[in-house]
Amino acid sequence: MPESPIEPQDASERDVTSERDAAPDARATVGVPPDPPEGASVPHPTPGRTPLLEVDDVTLRFGGVVALDKVNFTLYEGEILGLIGPNGAGKTTCFNAMTGVYTPTSGEIRFKGQKLSGRKRYKITKMGIARTFQNIRLFPEMTALENVMVGADAHHKTSVPSALLRLPRYWQEERSGRERSRELLDFVGVRRHDEAARNLSYGEQRRLEIARALATQPTLLCLDEPAAGFNPTEKDSLLQLIRDIRDTGVTVLLIEHDMRLVMGVTDRIVVLEFGKKIAEGSPAQVREDPKVIAAYLGVPADAA
Amino acid sequence: MTEIRARWRALRQAVGSRWDRQPKATKIGLLLVFVIFLYALPNRGFYEYLGLPLGEYIPLYTTRSDMATVLFQCGYFILLALGLNIVVGYAGMLDLGFFGFFAVGAYTIATLTSPRSKVFTEYNWLESPWPWIVALPLAVSLSLLAGVLLGWPVLRLRGDYLAIVTLGFAEMIRIVAQNNDWIFNGDRGIAEIAHPPGKNPDGTPIFLLDAKPYYWLVLTVIIAMVFLIRNLARSRVGRAWVAIREDEDAAELMGVPTYRFRLWAFAMGAGIGGLSGALWAGQIGFVNASTFRLEQSILVLAAVLLGGAGNIGGAILGGFLVIYVPEWLRSVGEVFGLPETVRIAGEPYDVSATNLRYLFFGIVLIVVMIFRPQGLWPNRRRAAELKDREKEAMVGA
Repeated sequence: MPESPIEPQDASERDVTSERDAAPDARATVGVPPDPPEGASVPHPTPGRTPLLEVDDVTLRFGGVVALDKVNFTLYEGEILGLIGPNGAGKTTCFNAMTGVYTPTSGEIRFKGQKLSGRKRYKITKMGIARTFQNIRLFPEMTALENVMVGADAHHKTSVPSALLRLPRYWQEERSGRERSRELLDFVGVRRHDEAARNLSYGEQRRLEIARALATQPTLLCLDEPAAGFNPTEKDSLLQLIRDIRDTGVTVLLIEHDMRLVMGVTDRIVVLEFGKKIAEGSPAQVREDPKVIAAYLGVPADAA
Repeated sequence: MTEIRARWRALRQAVGSRWDRQPKATKIGLLLVFVIFLYALPNRGFYEYLGLPLGEYIPLYTTRSDMATVLFQCGYFILLALGLNIVVGYAGMLDLGFFGFFAVGAYTIATLTSPRSKVFTEYNWLESPWPWIVALPLAVSLSLLAGVLLGWPVLRLRGDYLAIVTLGFAEMIRIVAQNNDWIFNGDRGIAEIAHPPGKNPDGTPIFLLDAKPYYWLVLTVIIAMVFLIRNLARSRVGRAWVAIREDEDAAELMGVPTYRFRLWAFAMGAGIGGLSGALWAGQIGFVNASTFRLEQSILVLAAVLLGGAGNIGGAILGGFLVIYVPEWLRSVGEVFGLPETVRIAGEPYDVSATNLRYLFFGIVLIVVMIFRPQGLWPNRRRAAELKDREKEAMVGA
């Protein structure tokens, strides 16, 4: 039985069905001058130019479908990079390639200068890449606290012998993990620590996923549409949360459809369409890019 | 029916909340009393003291078979269920060949401690039979090792595939033991296996024919195991197991080395299975290949599922019931004055409860599984997972 991929990858179907749905929404948001939420006017701290993650000519094929086609981009330490594109453009596939769910057909991904391909997924997490999921994948029957503790356990060493006999290491790691997890839950704003994850509200579940990912002590946090289904107020507080996360020194890679959020929070944006990178640059540059506008709005037949 | 259910639920909640409200000292005290009760269980004198109606029939006593022996059998089965519960209940892997590890433990004890084992009679590899207590750690570690060796290639499989491979493993051990004259001696088996050590004040060995000391020994082992397994379940390891069970991919991406923890679960289960086998061999004194039939593996699984997977209490309850109920049913006929035989068209048929006990037991199992598919005493969390899955199946998600 093949391992189930994180995201059902039915690119062909998605291209046909969902792009139509995405277009009107994009029309409403792309052309319109962004309405930066408060705090956005503060200039972003200049991100360092140390490359953290290098995506180098990555191609990923599923049979005849080319999900990623020679994608290149670099993520620098301390920045917030937006990864956008119409549905089915290959954003989540890109995430999956980075976190070891898929191995690129060709090309390579380097994190802190080290190749990622061929590494076990949990080892990639340990190296410092953490992610959330587009369709929430919490452990539904575990409490919020336990969910975060699973993340915190990524760097723990307690194994069967020390847990069986409750050796000092067990007590020490259990205590520090619990404290850290509670702090993280407060940080993202989930109050009901001991409630089963499935009983939390939708917004809390999304935030809990972020807390769980942060618990693995990442240097790079990949957020896959964290604002999906949020109302404007929730989006604003999420935006603030993402900034707070960056301010703690974590680099953020953000997939998001909501243009206001993307334009408001990111330092740079990479645009994908049909698996190819079509643009890269600051939010202002990307917004003016005719290719990007065409990708989102479609090109009139006579102009093509 | 619904009214009975509602009342039952209310009662359970009342008892549960009352238990929760007790101070810790009271809880420990009550548990101690319960443990003492368990130690007193096989003594006939205990029932006389309680003033229970003695005679042919005593309510809990299995009058047709020795109570202590039955309880000992329950004990080693509870150990098996505790071991399998780690594999099936905690880590969520279906293991149909669990009795294979029991066989490894039992055969290790048999070959090393019996003077009739070919290790001593033919090959002279060792000078003299080992005492039981010395062979015990080796038996446990060998079955643990068997678990690792089997799990290492096999745990890359999931679900049904894993079940089939483990099933094959148990059969393999049985068939090898059956056809192997070289050391296991096939169906003729190995006799005169050493008993656990220890002497009474008057110099007679404690562990001989009377089953009571064995029951007390296995009860002590069970209590120790419950503590150790609880420690595991409430640690990083236990959390990892639950995470793997609920969403293996997400767990791996959150930094859980899923394969390693699945292997640990498998090895821990195997080790406890081997321990059970070693205790059993020490009591029965004789092993041969036909003991390790497939039905035994299925019965252990039935015990875990009947009791409630994922819960230590459930595993204990299940392991107890699958042995105790059939034995107890033997004496039911007498109690209700049922006829031993009936004549149908002139032919006598044996319908004694003794003879039909597995029929009744099977019916009980089926009824329980229809009305309580999560088991009698399930883990709250696991029961909820099961319900979710049912819903998904209904809407066809």
